[in-house]
Amino acid sequence: MLRFIGKRLASAVLLMLLVTSVVYVLVSSNGMGIARMLAGSSATQQQVVDRYYQLGLDRPVLSQYLAWLGKAVRGDFGTSYLNGEYVTNMLSTRAPLTITIVSVTMVLTMVISVWLGITAAVKGGWLDRFLQVLSVVGGAIPQFIVAIVLVFTFAVGLRIFPATGIVPPSEDVGLWAQSLVLPVTAILVGTAMSGAMQIRGSMLVELRKEYVATLRTRGISEFSVLYKHALRNAAAPGLIGLGILTVAMLGGTVIIERVFALPGLGMLVTSTTTTGDIPALMGCVTITVVIVTIVNLLIDLLMGILNPKVRL
Amino acid sequence: MSAETTLLATQPVGGNSDDYPAPVAAWRKLLRNPVGVTCLAFLLLVVAFAVFGPMIIHSDPANVQLELTNAPPMTGGYILGGDSQGRDVFMRLAVATGQTLIGAVIVVVVASLIGVTSGLIAGYYGGRFESVASWVSDAFMALPGIILLMALYPVIGTNIRAAMAVFGILISPAFYRTTRAQTMNVRHELYVDAAKIVGLSDARIISRHVLRAVRGPLLIMSGGLMAAGIGIQAALEYLGMGNPTIPSWGAMMQDAFNNMYVAQVPIVWPAGLMALTILALVLLGNSMRDAFEISASELLLLKPAAVERIKAQRAAEPATTAPKPAGALALRDGDLLQVTHLTIAYPTTKTTVKEVVRDVSFSVAKGEIHGIVGESGSGKSQTAFAILGILPPTARILGGQILFDGFDVLADPQQQREFRGRRIGYIPQEPMANLDPSFTVGSQLNEGLRAATGVSKQAAKATLLALLERVGIPNPPRTYDAYPHQISGGMAQRVLIAGAIASDPDFIIADEPTTALDVTVQADVLELLRELQAERGLGMILVTHNFGVVADICDRVSVMREGRIVESNTLEEIFAHPQHPYTQMLLGSTLEGAPLRPPLSVAEEA
Repeated sequence: MLRFIGKRLASAVLLMLLVTSVVYVLVSSNGMGIARMLAGSSATQQQVVDRYYQLGLDRPVLSQYLAWLGKAVRGDFGTSYLNGEYVTNMLSTRAPLTITIVSVTMVLTMVISVWLGITAAVKGGWLDRFLQVLSVVGGAIPQFIVAIVLVFTFAVGLRIFPATGIVPPSEDVGLWAQSLVLPVTAILVGTAMSGAMQIRGSMLVELRKEYVATLRTRGISEFSVLYKHALRNAAAPGLIGLGILTVAMLGGTVIIERVFALPGLGMLVTSTTTTGDIPALMGCVTITVVIVTIVNLLIDLLMGILNPKVRL
Repeated sequence: MSAETTLLATQPVGGNSDDYPAPVAAWRKLLRNPVGVTCLAFLLLVVAFAVFGPMIIHSDPANVQLELTNAPPMTGGYILGGDSQGRDVFMRLAVATGQTLIGAVIVVVVASLIGVTSGLIAGYYGGRFESVASWVSDAFMALPGIILLMALYPVIGTNIRAAMAVFGILISPAFYRTTRAQTMNVRHELYVDAAKIVGLSDARIISRHVLRAVRGPLLIMSGGLMAAGIGIQAALEYLGMGNPTIPSWGAMMQDAFNNMYVAQVPIVWPAGLMALTILALVLLGNSMRDAFEISASELLLLKPAAVERIKAQRAAEPATTAPKPAGALALRDGDLLQVTHLTIAYPTTKTTVKEVVRDVSFSVAKGEIHGIVGESGSGKSQTAFAILGILPPTARILGGQILFDGFDVLADPQQQREFRGRRIGYIPQEPMANLDPSFTVGSQLNEGLRAATGVSKQAAKATLLALLERVGIPNPPRTYDAYPHQISGGMAQRVLIAGAIASDPDFIIADEPTTALDVTVQADVLELLRELQAERGLGMILVTHNFGVVADICDRVSVMREGRIVESNTLEEIFAHPQHPYTQMLLGSTLEGAPLRPPLSVAEEA
């Protein structure tokens, strides 16, 4: 168990080093370009050059990265090139909203895909075929097209939900929840449908196995046979799919937050990359890798708990 | 972005090279598929729009006519109206479509160059390259591509084609994984070994044999990859990371979205065209998969109307084809279980069926063991499943009646469920396959016992531990807490016997209970069954293909062949005077030193 977690963490650290170094080195290799982005379009050449030296962008790229890494491992991600705000502070004010959106979507994805997937696998017929079509459509259409359709229908047309922006939960929990409905739905359409198909497929395989019939012959209820026994054995592919879907959700929040004007991590990524704010950008990349690593680790542990043959 | 979900939905369902028919046949099949043809036609239209659209109207997509700001379609020479800055939406859409398609092609070309090459090397040679490549591939798949692409914006800038090339690298693991898996499959084929022995070079083998096997699945994935590329590209442009001087779907959508309270029409063109294009690409991939892969995932379910029609057909036919079973009558009034004229069928197409159990009648009294003997496929297990109500979902009962203790269980599935576990126990054939691998032996037996009798968890555990001891398990508490994979086959069969009798039923259906066991264990298990049956006065059906087992334990015997009971009698009579040639043959084959069995002709049977 500990050995397994250690191995996964080592792999995650390696991944973190690879991603941060590649991004840092590539981005900083264009030091003068960064300085120009930061100085703004109206700046003179001299101002750009001053900024270039002031930020130390003239130093060798590798030593810049190592300096960043040395501080980062101690939890110091530096300050924003733009306004001097601590990067950790920027991240901690934005992360809760994004993590809320992703975790709510994840839970709903699990619930809906388990229910729809099992129903389709058991009932078959038109429901099954309808779901298959829906899953192709839902999985294929980009999330922001879904978001745009939702905004035009429910915010501009029917005026049921707010189109953009968010009310802090400390002010009004009801309004806060309302402003999350459309963003979560926009991501959920694709993820829940893909998840349902995944569950459907693995349940069909599982339900053909003999132990399912044997459980039934003992008088065990159909609900328990489906949701306790067959689902547990069918869960592994579903969980792997959930890992992939979480990555999709994280990527999705970038554009969803932009469409709905939500001040989360995604929004921060957008603003830092277009302004050349390297410290903030590196902070965003790091926290993304961290979140993905945590989610995948949790999924692996869950698989170990569900399947007694996996010895962690 | 939904690149990841797209990939999840379009992954080929695995399988090896043999699953792919000849390409020509597959293309023909694709062209007969209405969805595939529609998608292909639509995509050709999109390409035509991108190529010829700008030729129809010679206007500059950047040209501004302020009076046509947010103009509705068909005004002032603007076919699709004007955007928020008074530019021609039609012209911009056509140019943007071309740009988008080029970007999508770049994604697929880069991804296939990197993914296929590394996949071939990793799959064919393995070794260190494979471990490194697979780690990198996993790492790429674990990261949101769009965030990495955005992070590289300060380097790539507004050059969307370069961004698409980078995305091609990031998404190449999709190709890598499939290529590697397919290559590994092919590498171990005999014809590849043969080619090596003949002295063909690796390059020759890869291009002749391996590429042939991988191109089908890769082609199928390409649609999904292009769709993912289009989605990412539009997302980047929507976020303002594209070149503002070149029209793009994403930028058009962003412009229209910001203007949503002023004009709602302009969003429709880029969003609709993009949604349809992506859908066409993904659906085309899916119909290619249907055409290239022989899939059997769909259950062949008969509609109720078809079942009624087949039933009516059966009723109209004279029953001359069914010869009466030889021997004494198998069906007696007043028996605990009475099966009459049972007929079970499976669909072979949407309108035709194959009958696997035909007009089967027999009965079993309390305290009696009735053996059903026959070769595999003779319908004996299906008969047992029908009594329990656990036939597979595609099976249809076309006729007959099953009375248990006077209740018609086929007419009342609720009653049948009530009987399961409570009054009828079931001992399956394959002990390992019939235990849920994810739960301990104890917990699954306990759940069954509580469902059947409603006793408390502790009481059920006490009963089960005593029973496990009774069925000859040396250390009941240890087996109780063990997972199925931790116990032996013989132990597992004893566990299943304990599970069947735990709730004190008055009837047991045992389906080949000793077949999967070691010869040394077989006799012990049979002995156990006989003891338990005598102790509790159980009625029992014992399904077997082995006359030796029958001789050991049964009171009465029915011989089944091709879905029918051909002979039925008491054990003594069957052994002393077998009447049906098939029975004689089965008996002959079990007797030691008997002459070789002669071939059985149909004429002989009749």
